[in-house]
Amino acid sequence: MYDTSDIRKGLKVLLDGNPYTVVEFQFIKPGKGAAFTRTRFKNLLSGAVIERNIRSGEKLEPANVEERTMQYLYKEADDLVFMDDKSFEQVQVRAEMIGEAADLMKDNLPCTVLFFNERPVDVTLPTFVLLEVTASEPGVAGNTAAGNVTKAATVETGGSVQVPLFINIGDMIKIDTRTHEYVERVNKK
Amino acid sequence: MSAIRGRVVARDGDDALVRTARGDVRVKHAGAAQPGDLVELEGAGLPLRRVRKYPRTEYPPRGSEVARLPPSRRGNLAARGRMMAALREFFASREFVEVDTPLVVPAPGLEVHLAAVPAGNGFLITSPEYQMKRLLAGGMERIYQVCKCFRAGEVGHHHQPEFTMLEWYRAWDDLDAIARDTEQLVAHVATAVNGRPQVTVQGKQLAVDGPWLRLTVAEAMYDHAKVAVRGDESVAELTEAVRAAGIDPGTARHWDDVFFTAFVERVEPALAAIDRPVLLADWPAPLAALARRKPGNPAVAERFEAYVGGVELANAFGELTDPIEQRARFEDDLGVRRARGLPQYPIDERFLAALGEGLPPSAGIALGVDRLAMLVLGARTIDEVVAFAAGEG
Repeated sequence: MYDTSDIRKGLKVLLDGNPYTVVEFQFIKPGKGAAFTRTRFKNLLSGAVIERNIRSGEKLEPANVEERTMQYLYKEADDLVFMDDKSFEQVQVRAEMIGEAADLMKDNLPCTVLFFNERPVDVTLPTFVLLEVTASEPGVAGNTAAGNVTKAATVETGGSVQVPLFINIGDMIKIDTRTHEYVERVNKK
Repeated sequence: MSAIRGRVVARDGDDALVRTARGDVRVKHAGAAQPGDLVELEGAGLPLRRVRKYPRTEYPPRGSEVARLPPSRRGNLAARGRMMAALREFFASREFVEVDTPLVVPAPGLEVHLAAVPAGNGFLITSPEYQMKRLLAGGMERIYQVCKCFRAGEVGHHHQPEFTMLEWYRAWDDLDAIARDTEQLVAHVATAVNGRPQVTVQGKQLAVDGPWLRLTVAEAMYDHAKVAVRGDESVAELTEAVRAAGIDPGTARHWDDVFFTAFVERVEPALAAIDRPVLLADWPAPLAALARRKPGNPAVAERFEAYVGGVELANAFGELTDPIEQRARFEDDLGVRRARGLPQYPIDERFLAALGEGLPPSAGIALGVDRLAMLVLGARTIDEVVAFAAGEG
């Protein structure tokens, strides 16, 4: 069990049966009263943030969570398969857990897989990925006045991203996996 | 070429940092020169060789023990100094005597939630109140003190284990006089530093000229936590009321813990949202500490806390002058300490003897000077307004 002096950013605890991580905390102590740690916790499953005041002397239950770096291998029906680089252990994760970013995943992409009670519950992609543009209409010069400053492009993993008009097939582009947005052109192939 | 003289201010491995009239220079292969040594640079047969100008921004070198305060810290310390001058001027103009009582005492405060730091054969004070009240019993009528107090384990945005306390007392006077002093003092020092009676809390400006909003604890708990508190209910009754208000008292089993669970969750944030300072008065008897019970309503004590922008700035008592009740409260505190496995401290018999000889009706207050400086200077953490923060001593 943890007590309030163990509270720090990133501490993983179990509250009401759900795993949470500490995102922020502050020591408070009302005059003539016990000390409390005003703590903000993020639910590792839903992302929801809650605030609790933990009184000095109260205990917090550690959550059995583990983050492991794993490589994305391939898609199998509605599941994605990941492999631990060291143990070669493989796990299957439902694609919906990753959401829209799943179509930006290239083979061998190193991801962070979160395990709760030995089961994978969340996957975090690298913030940025570099992918090659495999299909896109050529940009039409002079067409920017109408506000059409971007166009759709398909990248090698099959995902579709809005890109500036100057992007061509064969360009390598950097994409933010959190927002699914184009960031910059990296180089011409 | 003539030599330049300088003084070594730091060593960084084989190099020395030398302060000269033309600025600081880093000198390579500085031999045995030690910080404090006077040296000459760039001359035939001299021990040190000038290598390059050291830009001010790179100073001090990493790992060096030379401290250079960031400009914001220097500005805050200068403003804090002006605030302290204004504070002393305030008390001098009201004919208060500045006193200086011992920091090392045989019997520190017995309050259950304070941990004293041992020192020599005694302890460092957690507050100078016992000694100051002995001065009142001894015939002093208006006294104030600015001193360090020590409370182990308290570190946070508003806490330092070693902090500066201001306490002042009025014999033959009541809590209302202390309330007026508090309003006027804060307005006075804010005006001295900022040009007007205004402070800044979390970036938000707040007028501090009086009168401040007066609220009772019962009103604040009912309005903001929907918990009715009288002060004479049992723990079970209070716990029930807190639960009924939708607040989880968790593992709290003691009256004060149940109360503060609701207070911290609902009342403190609400006080922070009020756009004027608040004097929160009439504390429930279980939280009386060293305050006397209110004549006419023994369920509450003559005690107020000053909250400015949600920051708890000061705590005031209509002083308990009855030596028998005071001894009983000390023994209760020691009983709770025993039950919770907390350190036992001696009872301050000199203080009780002074009450026995006769403490006049008095009122007094303890105010956190670092927090006052935070408010006046608009700082977000206590570290910004002290010369050295916890662990930097």
